Amino acid sequence: MDTLLQQIINGLSLGAIYALIALGYTMVYGVLRLINFAHGDVYMIGAFAGYYLANAMNLDANPSILGTIAVTMGSMAICAAIGVLIERLAYRPVRHHSRLTALITAIGVSLLLEYGGQVVFGAAPRFFPQMIRSEIYSWGGAQITNQNLLIIVVSLVVMFGLQFIVHRTKIGKAMRATSYNLNVAKLMGINTDRVIAFTFALGSALAAVGGVMVALAIPRIDPLMGLMTGLKAFVAAVLGGIGNIPGAMIGGMLIGLMETWLGATAYSTYRDAVAFGVLILILIIRPAGIMGTAATEKV
Amino acid sequence: MNVLTKRGRFRVVAAALSLLVAASAACERKSGGGASGTGDVLVGFYGSLTGDGASFGQSSRDGAELALAEVNAAGGVLGGRKLRMLVEDDQSKPEQASSAVTKLVTQDKVVAVIGEVASSRTLAAAPVAQRYQVPMITPASTNERVTAVGDYVFRVCFIDPFQGEVLAKFAYSDLKARRVAILKDIQQDYSVGLSDSIVSHFKALGGTVLDPVSYSSGDADFKAILTQVRAQKPDAIFATGYYTEAGIVVRQARELGMRMPILGGDGWVGEPLKNGREALANTFISNHYSGDNPAPVVQNFEQAFRARYGHAPDSIAALGYDAIKVLADSLNRAGTTDGPKLRDAIASADVAGVTGQLKMNAKRDVDKPAVIQEVTYSNGEAKFVYKTTVNPG
Repeated sequence: MDTLLQQIINGLSLGAIYALIALGYTMVYGVLRLINFAHGDVYMIGAFAGYYLANAMNLDANPSILGTIAVTMGSMAICAAIGVLIERLAYRPVRHHSRLTALITAIGVSLLLEYGGQVVFGAAPRFFPQMIRSEIYSWGGAQITNQNLLIIVVSLVVMFGLQFIVHRTKIGKAMRATSYNLNVAKLMGINTDRVIAFTFALGSALAAVGGVMVALAIPRIDPLMGLMTGLKAFVAAVLGGIGNIPGAMIGGMLIGLMETWLGATAYSTYRDAVAFGVLILILIIRPAGIMGTAATEKV
Repeated sequence: MNVLTKRGRFRVVAAALSLLVAASAACERKSGGGASGTGDVLVGFYGSLTGDGASFGQSSRDGAELALAEVNAAGGVLGGRKLRMLVEDDQSKPEQASSAVTKLVTQDKVVAVIGEVASSRTLAAAPVAQRYQVPMITPASTNERVTAVGDYVFRVCFIDPFQGEVLAKFAYSDLKARRVAILKDIQQDYSVGLSDSIVSHFKALGGTVLDPVSYSSGDADFKAILTQVRAQKPDAIFATGYYTEAGIVVRQARELGMRMPILGGDGWVGEPLKNGREALANTFISNHYSGDNPAPVVQNFEQAFRARYGHAPDSIAALGYDAIKVLADSLNRAGTTDGPKLRDAIASADVAGVTGQLKMNAKRDVDKPAVIQEVTYSNGEAKFVYKTTVNPG
C-alpha cells in the first residue's frame, strides 16, 4: 500500500515537471498555432542561467529561500529575453509563410540551442547547487522531498496564473483575439507583434521556472536535457489537448504517472517508447486530446 | 580563354595551396611516428574528455601524461627517442571512440593506443586496433569481453568476474547482507557484466538476489524503480553503473527513506559522484588502488601527481599512469615500434605499477588485488577511505 502511494507521489512529482514545460508549449500553440520545438531548450537555458546565478551568489554554501527566488527571477528574465529574441529573429520573418516553414524553423532553433549550448556550456553534465536544504516529509510510509513538493505547488500556481492571465486580463483578451484571427485582431487596433512577443516572453519565463525547479530536485543538467523532457512535455500537451491550459497540466500528470508505473515493472527501460506510443495513439483516436475540442480547419 | 572569373581563380589557387600544406603536414607526421624512425615515438590516446564520462577521460589522460613526462625525463624509449601522446576526445560515445582510434591508427600512424575507460567504448574501438595490428592497452575497462576481442588488446586492471566476487563477498561476510537488490545500466556492457558476476557469486555464497532492475545512462529520475526495490526490503543494494547516475541513485534512495548499504564498482570513481552528498554515507566500492597505501611507489606517484595537477589522483589516473609504464617498458624490450613485435613484448610484460604488479596472463589481463573502500562526503568532496584488500585466487 505504501508502495502504491509512493509511486503515485513519484508520478505526480515527475508529472509536474512535464506539466510545467507543457504549459509553455500549449500557450504558444494556443496563440500562434506554432509548435515551438525550441521550448524544451529554453528550459535547458533556464537551468543553466540558474546554475551560473546560484554559483555567483554562492548559494550552495549558504542556501536560502530568498536567494532561490532571486535566482529564479533572474533566470526568468534571461529566458524571457531569449524567447523574445528567438521570436523576433527566427519566427517573425516566417510568420506569413506556411505552417511547415515555421515548424522547420522551430526545429532549427532547437538544434541551434542544443549544440550551441554544448559549445558554450560544454557537453559534460553539471550539477546544480543545492539552493534549498533538502528535507524529507514522511506520510504513511511514503516520502516526498520539499523540492518535489515545491514543483507540484509551482506548477499548480503557474497553471492558475496562466488561466487568469489568458481569460481575465486585457493582454489575455488580446492574446485570444490574436489566436482567433491575427489579421482581424490587427484591424481592431491590437498590436499583434507586441502580443506575440509577450506570449513568447511569458512562455520562456515559465520554461525558466521549470528549468530551475527541476534542477533543484534532479540536479543533473546538460545542454541536451531539454530534448527528451521537451518532447515528452510536448506529448503531454497533445495528450491534454494542445492549446488548452488545464489540459497541459492533466497531460503532464498522466505522462508522469504512466512513466512511473512502467518504471515499477520489468519494462522500465521502455518508458520513452511508451510515451511516444501514447502520442501516436492519441493522434489516431482523439487528435484533439483529453480537454481539447475538435476544431475544423478554416479553409 | 578566360574560363574562371577572378574570384574563381583565387579559389582554385587557395584550394591548391591548402592541399599542399595538408600533404606536407601529413608527410612530416609519417616521418615522425613510423615503424623505424628516429624522431618521437607516437602513442595514441582516446578517451571521454567531454560528455557523461568526462571524469574518466580526463583522469586517465592526466595519469598517462604524468607517466609520459617521467619516461621522457628518464631518457625516453628505444635508446633516447621521446614518447609523444596524441589525444583524441570521443565525447563519451562508442561510435566516436571507434573513429578516434581509426584516425590515430591510419592517419597519425601511432605505434600503440591507450584507452578507453568505459568498456562499451573500448569494445567499440578495439576491433580497429586489432585489424591494423596496433597494440591497445586499456587502463580501466573491466568487462571480461574486452581483451577477448583479439590478441592486440591488453588491459592493466582486474576484470569484472573478480570484481563481482569481491563485492559479493564483502556484502555477504562483512555487511552480513542476505537479500540484495541490483540496479544495472543496460546501456553499459560494464554494468551488465558486473551485475551478472555479482548475481552468480552472491547466490553461490547462499544469499538471495532479487530480480535486477534496469535503467539507461542519462536517466535522472530513479524513484520509480527504487520504490519497487524498497518494497522488497533488501539488506543491501548494488548500483553497478557509472558515477553520474550512482550519485543520483544514492541520493534518491535516501530520499525514499532507504538506509541500507549501497555498493558499487570502480565505475563510481569520478568527480560527479560527490553529487550524492550526505547520502553517500554507508556506501562502499571496490577499487583498483588506494592512495592511503604506504608503499613508496604509491606515495611517490601521489606526490608527483599532486605537484603536477594540484589535486590527488583517483584510481583511473593511476591506471592511466600504469598503462604508459607498461607500454614504455615493452617498447624497450621489443627494441622496435613494429606492431607484432611490440605486441609480443606487451604480452610478456611484468612491471611493478602503482596499482600492483602488472603481469600479463594468457588472456592479456592482469591478476591484481582489489581494495574495498568506504565512501564519505565532506567539504563538498566524495572521498574513498580504505577498508580492506582482497587478493585474487
